[in-house]
Amino acid sequence: MSTPPPPKLEWRGVRKSFEDAHVLRGLDLSVAAGRSLVIIGASGQGKSVTIKTAAGLILPDAGEILYDGEIVDTADSRTRAALSGRLGMLFQSGALFDSLSIWENVAFRLINADGVARKTAKARAIEALARVRLGRQYADLYPSELSGGMQKRVGLARAVVSNPEIIFFDEPTTGLDPITAAAINDLIVQQVRDLGCTAVSITHDLASARTIGDEIAMLHDGRIVWRGQAADLDRSGDPYVDQFINGRSDGPIAAAF
Amino acid sequence: MDAAPLPAALTPFRAVGRAVLGLLIQVGSVVLFAARGVLAMLKPPWFFGQFVRQLQTIGYFSLPVVGLTAVFTGAALALNIYTGGGRFNAEQIMPQIVALGITRELGPVLAALMLAGRVSAAIAAEIGAMRATEQIDAMQTLSTDPFHYLIAPRLAAALVTLPLLTMTADIIGVAGGWFVATKALAFNPTVYVRNTWDFLQSWDVVSGLIKAAVFGFIVALMGCYHGLNATGGARGVGRATTHAVVSAAILIFAADYLLTSLFTHR
Ligand SMILES: Nc1ncnc2c1ncn2[C@@H]1O[C@H](COP(=O)(O)OP(=O)(O)O)[C@@H](O)[C@H]1O
Ligand SMILES: [Mg+2]
Repeated sequence: MSTPPPPKLEWRGVRKSFEDAHVLRGLDLSVAAGRSLVIIGASGQGKSVTIKTAAGLILPDAGEILYDGEIVDTADSRTRAALSGRLGMLFQSGALFDSLSIWENVAFRLINADGVARKTAKARAIEALARVRLGRQYADLYPSELSGGMQKRVGLARAVVSNPEIIFFDEPTTGLDPITAAAINDLIVQQVRDLGCTAVSITHDLASARTIGDEIAMLHDGRIVWRGQAADLDRSGDPYVDQFINGRSDGPIAAAF
Repeated sequence: MDAAPLPAALTPFRAVGRAVLGLLIQVGSVVLFAARGVLAMLKPPWFFGQFVRQLQTIGYFSLPVVGLTAVFTGAALALNIYTGGGRFNAEQIMPQIVALGITRELGPVLAALMLAGRVSAAIAAEIGAMRATEQIDAMQTLSTDPFHYLIAPRLAAALVTLPLLTMTADIIGVAGGWFVATKALAFNPTVYVRNTWDFLQSWDVVSGLIKAAVFGFIVALMGCYHGLNATGGARGVGRATTHAVVSAAILIFAADYLLTSLFTHR
């Protein structure tokens, strides 16, 4: 063992503004292979933007995205296409295709990008749905016929069906009741452990962060203000983290209305 | 970024300049979008299932609308030309003028305008809603290029369909004229058909069909462009729909003039 392996994914000095809003102001963050990183932070701080820059959905104004220690030019469509083959993403809004049935949603990549035959793809989709505890009776329904929690699970199945190297989970439990949220957390932990993939999750649900995260990073004002092991969250000594985990309205973070 | 203060006398020019720059940027991005769309049509992966589905929604379901428009227009045109022709005793060339007007001009333009209302709007709304609900982003993370999966099938389907719809409109439009001429104006039915047939040259029809293909491309392009670039939730989708219809209609008229002047200078 000479040099340690490079991180699986790294953001290096990433900046992104939308018109006058400077959302990311030099973000540095990394996650090692096989680890689960959770990003916490108040809403509107740019957590979704952060993972979208890594997934090639938003182009950074400056800075670099590195996979396995190599800079990935997400402006290049071919590079982006190659990249998307290695990652899975659960969107904050679910983002299921409402014109396709549940199994077609889950099998979308298999059918349209990987050239898997529909029959095989359906079998694999049903298998993936079973992993998120959705029976085959749901396979032929449409997204609008499912509850929010079920839609999240379909999104999860769609993200993991082709065994990606890296998975992004954008607020997987927001808006769900505590029991469904706990079930989703378990599913995520299980998926990450089973597949051995690297995970980056966003949440402002601290219970969820502690369950699914090996490490936690706090995003504020476009930068990472604290990062450490999940177990150290309560003794971070960081005023931002303390205010966030204690849910106080007074402190360095101004409440956003 | 605000520019340095200008002398008061120059401020109107700034507004004009901004509008012109904005227009140029818009034109540039539409042209780039169109080029990407054409490239996606020519290069695999091709999504034939999507293409067939679009043929059905764009083409087949537009038949009643286009047919109704054509029959009434043909009939009204016949009456107008008959009345106008009567002013210099030329009523009898009415069938020929109707056929010419329908095939070269009204068939393609009316079919395209109906499609702009029906199809541009529907495409913009559908793709705009997909943009607003992150379905476009999701598609990209699932290794599927929206230009291949969504845009190319719509462009291709509209390109193929509108000439076919126009051909239908030509026939129904001439039939509308025939109906009025024989039922209300005492034209001989067989003579009417023979006059029309003998008079029409294949170029009259073909030039109309070429126009239709271009208009079809415009209709789908405007729907896709405004849909994919929709921002700002439900209101943004509404805006995209309006812009798609208005810009498609204007571009159809502009393209119609350009193509007509090209075709008539042959
Ligand atoms: N595509 C976009 N266009 C313009 N502004 C955006 C876009 N995406 C995000 N933003 C803005 O960036 C900021 C951060 O958004 P986001 O990353 O979604 O926050 P969160 O931390 O809650 O996930 C917000 O102010 C949002 O309005
Ligand atoms: Mg977010």
